[in-house]
Amino acid sequence: MSSATTDAAISATPDDGVVRAADGTPLKKSLARALRREKTRSFLLIAPLLLFILISFIAPIADMLFRSVENNIVEDTIPRTVEALKEWDPDSDELPSEDVFAALHADLEIAVKQRIHTRLGSRLNYEASGMSGLFRKTGRSVRRMDEGNYREQFIEADEDWGELETWRVIRRFSAPYTAGYFLNAVDAERTSEGIELKPENERIYLTLFNRTLVMSLAITLSCLLLGFPIAYLLAHLSLRTSNMLLILVLLPFWTSLLVRTSAWKVLLQQQGVINDFLVWIGLIDDANRLVMINNQTGTIIAMTHILLPFMILPLFSVMKTISPSYVRAAKSLGANDWTAFWRVYFPQTIPGIGAGAILVFILSIGYYITPELVGGTSGIFISNRIAYHISSSLNWGLAAALGTILLALVMLLFYVYDKIVGIDNVKLG
Amino acid sequence: MKLKTLLLATAASVAFAAPAVTQDAELPPCENCADTMTLVSWGGAYQTSQQKAYAEPYAAATGVTVVWDESSNEAVAKLRAMNEAGNVTWDVVDVVASDAIRLCDEGLARVMDPETELAAAPDGTSAADDFGDLLVSECFIPQIVYSTTFGYRTDVAEWNGKEPEDICAVFDLEAFPGKRSLEKRPINNMEWALLCDGVAKDDVYDVLETEEGVAQALAKLDTIKDQVVWWSAGAETPQLLADGEVVIGSTYNGRLFSVIEEQDQPVKMLWDAQVFDLDGWIIPEGLPEDRLNRALHFVKFATDTQRLADQAKYISYGPARASSAPLVGTHADLGIEMAPHMPTDPNNAKNTFLYNYTWWADNRDDLDAKFQAWLAQ
Repeated sequence: MSSATTDAAISATPDDGVVRAADGTPLKKSLARALRREKTRSFLLIAPLLLFILISFIAPIADMLFRSVENNIVEDTIPRTVEALKEWDPDSDELPSEDVFAALHADLEIAVKQRIHTRLGSRLNYEASGMSGLFRKTGRSVRRMDEGNYREQFIEADEDWGELETWRVIRRFSAPYTAGYFLNAVDAERTSEGIELKPENERIYLTLFNRTLVMSLAITLSCLLLGFPIAYLLAHLSLRTSNMLLILVLLPFWTSLLVRTSAWKVLLQQQGVINDFLVWIGLIDDANRLVMINNQTGTIIAMTHILLPFMILPLFSVMKTISPSYVRAAKSLGANDWTAFWRVYFPQTIPGIGAGAILVFILSIGYYITPELVGGTSGIFISNRIAYHISSSLNWGLAAALGTILLALVMLLFYVYDKIVGIDNVKLG
Repeated sequence: MKLKTLLLATAASVAFAAPAVTQDAELPPCENCADTMTLVSWGGAYQTSQQKAYAEPYAAATGVTVVWDESSNEAVAKLRAMNEAGNVTWDVVDVVASDAIRLCDEGLARVMDPETELAAAPDGTSAADDFGDLLVSECFIPQIVYSTTFGYRTDVAEWNGKEPEDICAVFDLEAFPGKRSLEKRPINNMEWALLCDGVAKDDVYDVLETEEGVAQALAKLDTIKDQVVWWSAGAETPQLLADGEVVIGSTYNGRLFSVIEEQDQPVKMLWDAQVFDLDGWIIPEGLPEDRLNRALHFVKFATDTQRLADQAKYISYGPARASSAPLVGTHADLGIEMAPHMPTDPNNAKNTFLYNYTWWADNRDDLDAKFQAWLAQ
């Protein structure tokens, strides 16, 4: 606030009980206007950055997340059939009427011309196996069909059109929005009897979410256990030695992720360096070499190593700012080494621990390449399945649903962390 | 105007075709074609073989600049993203047959007409007949036949001098103890498991279509599960075999060829029940006209009889045309005859398994979920 306004406020006449500025407007209003102007100015200053983030970061993510519920494809490809199917009772034991088949024929004729019927087939195949083949096959015969009696002709083209389940699936997924992907993402499905868990031999995502969380926690903990002493050492050695050590900490940081992961393969495999050494010194028998890779152990070891700098650096920068006089004071007041460390030094490192733990945890929860390479089957994360659905199965809806759940989980944990530790207590340096 | 273009085109083709006249005398000029072209492939030895057999002769004959992109691994996802963004930057993409089917279903690959857009065999057989059954999708132009098969180490002491003779050795932990490597997906593994569990070759997919069949295949795989290292990249099994990490493992036959012949490792091929698969080109949907003309012109050249046979000089994958087989010669560097190393060679192909593309296109999502759930248990 400018001093002019303040002066004016003091000199205002209080005849109606309202404090006024020099130009006669109530002080409250004037103050608000000035604040607003200030806010607009600072907003305009950050506007380019905000716009950039909005366009290049928030919008694509929102678009991707939106795919987890979007399901226009059915209505867009076979609109007449969807409309006609509304009158059919999916619980009845009868096939849809001839009108529905006629509508399907009209829809497919157009779709085949545009070559979009197979795309619909792939979409429905995510919900029921065989749909993509059904649409591909029917697409070839649809042009040859004669007018009238479509039901028989369709069933002749592929007998699946005579199955009630085919029609139930189309009807169930004809709405423009669907919860199907989210249900799939939590191992559930919508059947004629409502929502229920999938058969046990098809459940996978809940296990993976659970494993991702537990293993990320384990990695965060082991990073903390290994990183704390190193950061302590770095902060308390002479500048020259600590700079040397810091470079050693950063060195792996500058090496390619793939190189480091492959190096762990060489070290940990059964015919690898560590096993060879242990056999050589006679600690283990040649026939009983340790299995340290292609399982959870491998993932935890490799990822702890890769993420360690993210724990050490915030810890180090916080520890460096802790004045040694506190510990000296504690000791001079009679505390032994442990009490001085635990009651005086350690609490002051909490902001660093918080920052490091959040960084490592959030990075590891979305990690993909290391678990893929060293995780085998028991050490892979949910992100490996997301990658599979993005790049191989093209089921982007399911990938988006899995990603949304993961994002929500991280935000929830962040919120819990804020409630327990307090986000103000986090310091990166 | 028209005459000028024609003259220029003729002049250009004469000027560039001269050095390579033996091969490319009949390469017709390309009208209204882009000057650069982006080819997408897998990188490594395979891409090199394509570079030497197709792209270099083509560039020499036409003067086109060829840009390579090693993205075939994620071609399906990237093409979809490009298509949605309305900016397809690739001209010709190398993919495996199952991906080609997927791309064709999604409307991301252009439908080809083999009669007019592909070269006929030298004896006049039409391209459609020359490729025969290998044209598994309307969008797909096959180049090579490769197979997924097993390699085993020849120096395993516990085997007491025995060597695996058939595929079921993989499931026989008593006679052939040691770790195995298998691909981390249901395709091929489920079929092999059923074959070794007494299912007849012709019934495999009928059995696999039932719940019990899936359970049966997984139960068979269960017997070796704790001895399996699962791979996701083709290079892993050769490395694992060379390190002695596994004693037997599945991978692509060309990878095993390089372990055995080029790197001289104590490894042998087990050709039994090898599963044939195809790799070939697709042209993305929605290319502008000049780039499309260029892509078509290249593909017609690169998939003719001689070119497909030429590729076999550099890598041990069989050409997809029947008419190319007699032209397969010797390896460009090693000088060994390539025909006996081809998966299609009669000695190797005594017992092969035909991979059912359309069946997997329908059932892949479902079986993959079951397979992954089984893996995670």
